[in-house]
Amino acid sequence: MTVVDDRPETAAPAPRRRPNRLLALLRNSWRQLTSMRTALILLFLLAIAAIPGSVLPQRGISPEKVNEYFVDHPDWAPRLDRIGAFEVFGSVWFSAIYLLLFTSLIGCITPRLRDHIRTLRSRPPGAPKRMARLPQHTVLPAPPGGAAAIAEALRKRRWRVEVRGDEVSAEKGYLKETGNLLFHTSLIAVLIGVALGSWYGWSGNRLLVAGADNAFCNTRQQYAEAKLGPQVDSADLPGFCLRLDDFEARFLASGQPEFFNATVTVDGPDEPTRRADFSVNSPLRLNDASVYLLGHGYAPVIRYTDRFGNSQISDEPFLTTGDMGLTSEGLAAFPDANVDPATGQRAPDLQMAFTGIYLPTAPEQAPFVRSQYPTERNPALNLVAYRGNLGLDAGIPGSVYQLDQRQVRAGKVKEVGTKLLRKGETWKLDDGTTVEFLGTERYVTLSIRHDPGSTMLLFSCGVLLVGLMGSLFGKRRRVFFRVVPADPGEGSPTSGSSLMEVGGLPRTDYPGFADEFTQLVAAVSGAERAGAGADSADRAGVREGAE
Amino acid sequence: MSALSDNLVTFAILAYLVAMIGHAVEYALGNVRTRVATAAPVRELVGAGGGGVVSKSPAPVPSSPTADRSAGRARLAGLIGVGATAVAAALHLAALVTRGLAADRMPWGNMYEFVLTVTFIGVAAWLVVLWKRQSLRKLGLFLTLVMVLLVATAELVLYVPIVPLVPALNSYWFIIHVSTIVFASGIFLLGVVPAVGFLMRNGYEQGKRSFPYTLARRMPGAAGLERLTFALHAFAFPIFTFAVIAGAIWAEAAWGRPWGWDPKETWAFISWVVYAGYLHARATPSVKRNVATWIAVLGFLTMLMNLFGVNIFFTGLHSYGGLD
Repeated sequence: MTVVDDRPETAAPAPRRRPNRLLALLRNSWRQLTSMRTALILLFLLAIAAIPGSVLPQRGISPEKVNEYFVDHPDWAPRLDRIGAFEVFGSVWFSAIYLLLFTSLIGCITPRLRDHIRTLRSRPPGAPKRMARLPQHTVLPAPPGGAAAIAEALRKRRWRVEVRGDEVSAEKGYLKETGNLLFHTSLIAVLIGVALGSWYGWSGNRLLVAGADNAFCNTRQQYAEAKLGPQVDSADLPGFCLRLDDFEARFLASGQPEFFNATVTVDGPDEPTRRADFSVNSPLRLNDASVYLLGHGYAPVIRYTDRFGNSQISDEPFLTTGDMGLTSEGLAAFPDANVDPATGQRAPDLQMAFTGIYLPTAPEQAPFVRSQYPTERNPALNLVAYRGNLGLDAGIPGSVYQLDQRQVRAGKVKEVGTKLLRKGETWKLDDGTTVEFLGTERYVTLSIRHDPGSTMLLFSCGVLLVGLMGSLFGKRRRVFFRVVPADPGEGSPTSGSSLMEVGGLPRTDYPGFADEFTQLVAAVSGAERAGAGADSADRAGVREGAE
Repeated sequence: MSALSDNLVTFAILAYLVAMIGHAVEYALGNVRTRVATAAPVRELVGAGGGGVVSKSPAPVPSSPTADRSAGRARLAGLIGVGATAVAAALHLAALVTRGLAADRMPWGNMYEFVLTVTFIGVAAWLVVLWKRQSLRKLGLFLTLVMVLLVATAELVLYVPIVPLVPALNSYWFIIHVSTIVFASGIFLLGVVPAVGFLMRNGYEQGKRSFPYTLARRMPGAAGLERLTFALHAFAFPIFTFAVIAGAIWAEAAWGRPWGWDPKETWAFISWVVYAGYLHARATPSVKRNVATWIAVLGFLTMLMNLFGVNIFFTGLHSYGGLD
C-alpha cells in the first residue's frame, strides 16, 4: 500500500554551515521513526504486546480473576503487576508502542498528503521521448481527429488528460493514494474517538430489583462500581431514574436461555416519563446514556419478625452462581432487629442475618444445593440463621452479599440454625422470633454507559473502510500518445493519415495493466472511425512490450 | 435432517480424500515423468517476470511415448482430483444447508458449524480461482490436505448437536458479523495455500533441494503463486476489517462497549495488525517477497489461534465453542 522507501525526501538538504549535532540526531531519529521499516517493526511489537492481554486476566475485564491469579501465583503475580501485565492495554509500554506508531504514521502521511495535493493540482507530465522504453508501448494509426480526438476518447473514460501540441498525457487512479491517505487519517480519527470516549465517557454497573421501592436514580452513590472519565464530574451525570416493572425470561427445556425482556419506567429532567422495554442486543437508549441488560436473577423477599413483634423485610438480590439452573447465593441482614421500640435502645448482639442458597427449582430430595431449572418450578430457600454483631456499624466496607466472616471467626456472630423454606413458610427460631419466605422479586444486572466518542468512532471506521478499498483496489497508471505523420515507407493501409505512438506506465503493482492498455489503445485508435476501424486496428496489431 | 447433515459431512470428507489422492497421484506420476525426461535438459518454469503471466506451462520436454502416456495419466488423476473436490464442495454445502434447516437458523452457532462454513468458503473460492487459472491445479494437493484435516477435526473433535442460539447471539448483527468473519477467514484460509506454496517454490527456484523445497518441483511458478497470495489477502483484508467493525457495532449494542479487549477481540486485533503488516511489507520494495509472505502465514497462524486457542483455552464473551 504505502511505498515509503522511494518517496521524495521530506526535508530539503540542510544548509551545511553550522552542523548541529543535536539537530542532526533529531532529524535522523525522525527519519528513522517515519520509515516503513520502523512502522513494520512497531506493528509487530503492537501485535506481540497484545498477546499477554489475552493470556493473563485483565483488571478492566475480570478483576476477580486477577485476584484469583494473585492467590494462585503469589510469587509471580506482584512482579507481573509491576510491569502492568494485568492492565496491558493501559500500560506504559503498550501506550508507548501505539503512540510511536501513530507518530510514525503522522510523520509518514503528512508529506505524502502534501505531495498528493500537489499531484492532484498538477497536470499529467509530458510524454517521454521514446515510448519504447515504457513497459507497454505500441504504434497504431491515429484517429482522424488527431490529439484532440484522443484526448476526448480518454476523457470519456475518465482519464485526467493534458494535451501538449501533438502529445496527449493522461493519468488515472488517483483514488489509490487518496484512499490510502484517507485510511491512515481515519486510523488517527479512530484513536481520537477512543480517547474522547475514555475522557468524557462514564459507566457504571448496578443490580436493579423490581418494584417501586427499589427504583434507582443515576447518581454516583447509586452505583456499586462506576468509572468516570477524567473530564467527567459526578455532577455531570444525567439525572434520570429507572424502575424495573417487569422482567420476562424464557428458557429451553435444557435450561438454555432463549429470550429476555426487561420493562422499566424511565423518568427524569431530560427524559419524558415513559415505559420502555429493552433486552440483550437492544439496549435502552436515553438522551445521554444507554442502558444494557447484562444479567438477571432472583431477590428472595424475607420477612423477619423480632422479639418486640417488629417486622422488617429484606429483598436483597441473591447472586447467581453461574450454573444453568440459576442457583443463587446471598445475604439478608437485619442490623436493626430487636431494637426496643420503647427506648430505642440498640441491641448489637441481637442483630440478625441469614445467608442462603435460593433454588428456583429445587430437587425432590436433599442435598438442596443445586437448582435444576432457571424458572421457579419448585422454589426453595435454604437459610442459615446468624445472631450477633454483624460488624456493619464499625464502618468497615464489606460486601452486602456476604456475611462478614471476621465477625464469625471472632465469635461475635453465632450460627443459630439451618432450615429449608418453601414459599410462604415460616421458621420459628430458638428465641421465638420468626423468619418468613414471602416469595421473590426479579432483578436485572445493568450496565449504564455514556460514550461521547462512539459517533466519531463509527464515522471514522466507515471512512477507514472506504479508504482501505480505494487503497487496495485503486491502480494508478499513465498513458502517453504522440501523433506522428505516417511514414510513407511503412505503407500504411490508412493512406496519408497519421500514426500514434502510445506508451503506458503502471505506477503501482498492477498485473492487468497490459490487457487494459491493449483495450484502451484499440478503443482510442478506433474511436470515431466507422466499420473498418476495428479491422485495421487488428491488422496493425498491438505490439506488446514485455521488457 | 440433522443426521443427514452429519452423514453429508462424512461423505464430503471421503470426497476430499479421493480428491487428495487424485492430486497426489498426479504429483507422483509427474515426478515419474521428470525422472524419465532427465535425459533431455530439464527446463524449470521460471517466474514469469514482471509481466505477471501465470499460466505459462513449462516448455514441452522432448520425451518418449511412455512419458507421454504417463503425463496423460497424471493429467487424468489431476482432473479426477478437481472433480472430486467439486463433488466434495457440493456435499459440504449440502451439509451446511441441511444443518441450517435442522437448526432453523444460520449454521454458524458454534465452533463446529463455524469451521465447516469457513472451510466451505475456502474450497468454493478455490474452485473459482481454479476456474480462472487452471494452471494452478497442482496446488489442489495442499488445499485438499488442508480440507481433510480441518473438516475431519470439525467432525471428530468439535462436533456438537444442534441447539438454538442463546439470546446474546440472536440479532441481525449475528448474520452480518459472523458471515463476513467466516467469509474473510475462508479466503485467508485459501490464501495460505499459495503462500506456503510460494515459500517452497521460491526456495526451489533459488536452487534449494532439501526436503520441503523438493515438494515444490511440480508446482506452478513462484511469481504467480505470490501474486495469487497477495490478491487473496488484499481481497479478504477489507472484508475482515468490515467484519471486525460490524462486531464492534454489535458489541456496543450487546455489551455496552464497542471494544473491550475480550480474548477474541484481542486476537482479532492481532490478526488485523499482522495482515496489515503483510500488506505494507508487500508494498515496500525493500522487503523481500518471501519475508512478506512469511508474515501472511503468520497472520493465518494468528487466525487459527483465535479460532482454536481462544475458544478452547480462554474464557471470554465470545465463548461459543459449545465444548465443555
